[in-house]
Amino acid sequence: MCETCGCNITPGNVSLAQQPVSAGQTTVEVLENLLHANDHAAGHNREHFERHGVLAVNLMSSPGSGKTALLEATIEALGERLRVAVIEGDLETENDAQRIRAKGVPAIQITTGTACHLDAHLVHDALHHLPLADLDVVFIENVGNLVCPASFDLGHHLSVTLLSVTEGDDKPAKYPVMFRGSDVVVVTKTDVAPYFEDFDTARVEAHVRALACEAPVLEASVRSPGGIDAWLDWLKTMRTRFAQGERFSGAIERNPPAHTHPHGHHHHHGHEHESR
Amino acid sequence: MHELSVCQSLLTQVQTVARNNRATAVTEVHVSVGLLSGVEPPLLERAFRAARAGTVAANAELILTAPGIRVHCHLCAKETEVALPDLRCGACGHWQTRVLAGDELMLTSVALERPSNPPSTPHV
Repeated sequence: MCETCGCNITPGNVSLAQQPVSAGQTTVEVLENLLHANDHAAGHNREHFERHGVLAVNLMSSPGSGKTALLEATIEALGERLRVAVIEGDLETENDAQRIRAKGVPAIQITTGTACHLDAHLVHDALHHLPLADLDVVFIENVGNLVCPASFDLGHHLSVTLLSVTEGDDKPAKYPVMFRGSDVVVVTKTDVAPYFEDFDTARVEAHVRALACEAPVLEASVRSPGGIDAWLDWLKTMRTRFAQGERFSGAIERNPPAHTHPHGHHHHHGHEHESR
Repeated sequence: MHELSVCQSLLTQVQTVARNNRATAVTEVHVSVGLLSGVEPPLLERAFRAARAGTVAANAELILTAPGIRVHCHLCAKETEVALPDLRCGACGHWQTRVLAGDELMLTSVALERPSNPPSTPHV
């Protein structure tokens, strides 16, 4: 939302916003999204990705659901066909970035210290270290956490939420804010499903639908032959649609909707971008 | 505990409003926190008490409102109030709905104290 052009003044609040103000106590109407600064930076990141034709995919899940393992298997399967890079988010260690680099693709590790999520500014710093002109897909592996990452648009195009069979099939009902924003839900570690008889992928799907979310619910196992084929098909389809010009917004649009009219004022970005 | 990050953005916005209006103090900060926003009001309050120290809002009260969740049904076109974790239409039960309200996370207004010769109109 905008601080200068008055576009956040609606018929409902115009009388408040234009009240004459006297000395002493006064109330100023603001109506600004609290995550405005993050969302603005996210839009900027998305422009970067799109200028280079790069599809940005945000992977979110609990710690240990298999995000890095799925990426390793994906790189192995698609290595020749798609040029991939990964931005890794963790509180500490370079471990995940090293695992990805061992597969021969660029990886940037963001260590957040104590922060429980990535935000658009952190991703912005990382993406300037990636050769975007030579890439097709950037995966952003978020901090393992089913709560906080849901609130922060990173400038990605697609949100992938993973859920391993060991975690229980009611996770979408327990973490609705995260799951309802998913573009796809991937049930991982299905090779151990025989040991977890009470897990039912159909119930995962029912919980996801109850959140008014249309995301397909796919099963994946990195340890079984052909175990990630459904995920690879989804990814290739989305990549093709993106390459054909379709644009995905990434995060769910928050109410009230952001205005879309062009701004006359200049947004200062604080840095220059080299053109590649 | 991303409420602290949210709170820091909130205080940046509040300080901008205070500065633009030449306020000497901020007395109230009104925030709308929808039930679908992913922010917990008690945690936001606690983070606010820590983050406001040393700012123009050091003594400000944080006043939160939590709008309920309203959805529009793509099938029967009715608007109904629903509750987590079920965002299906409250009238016909269809699952394809759109959230109309309840996901807000907004600074709605700020109460300020100003000296006796303020600018003539408030600045957001």
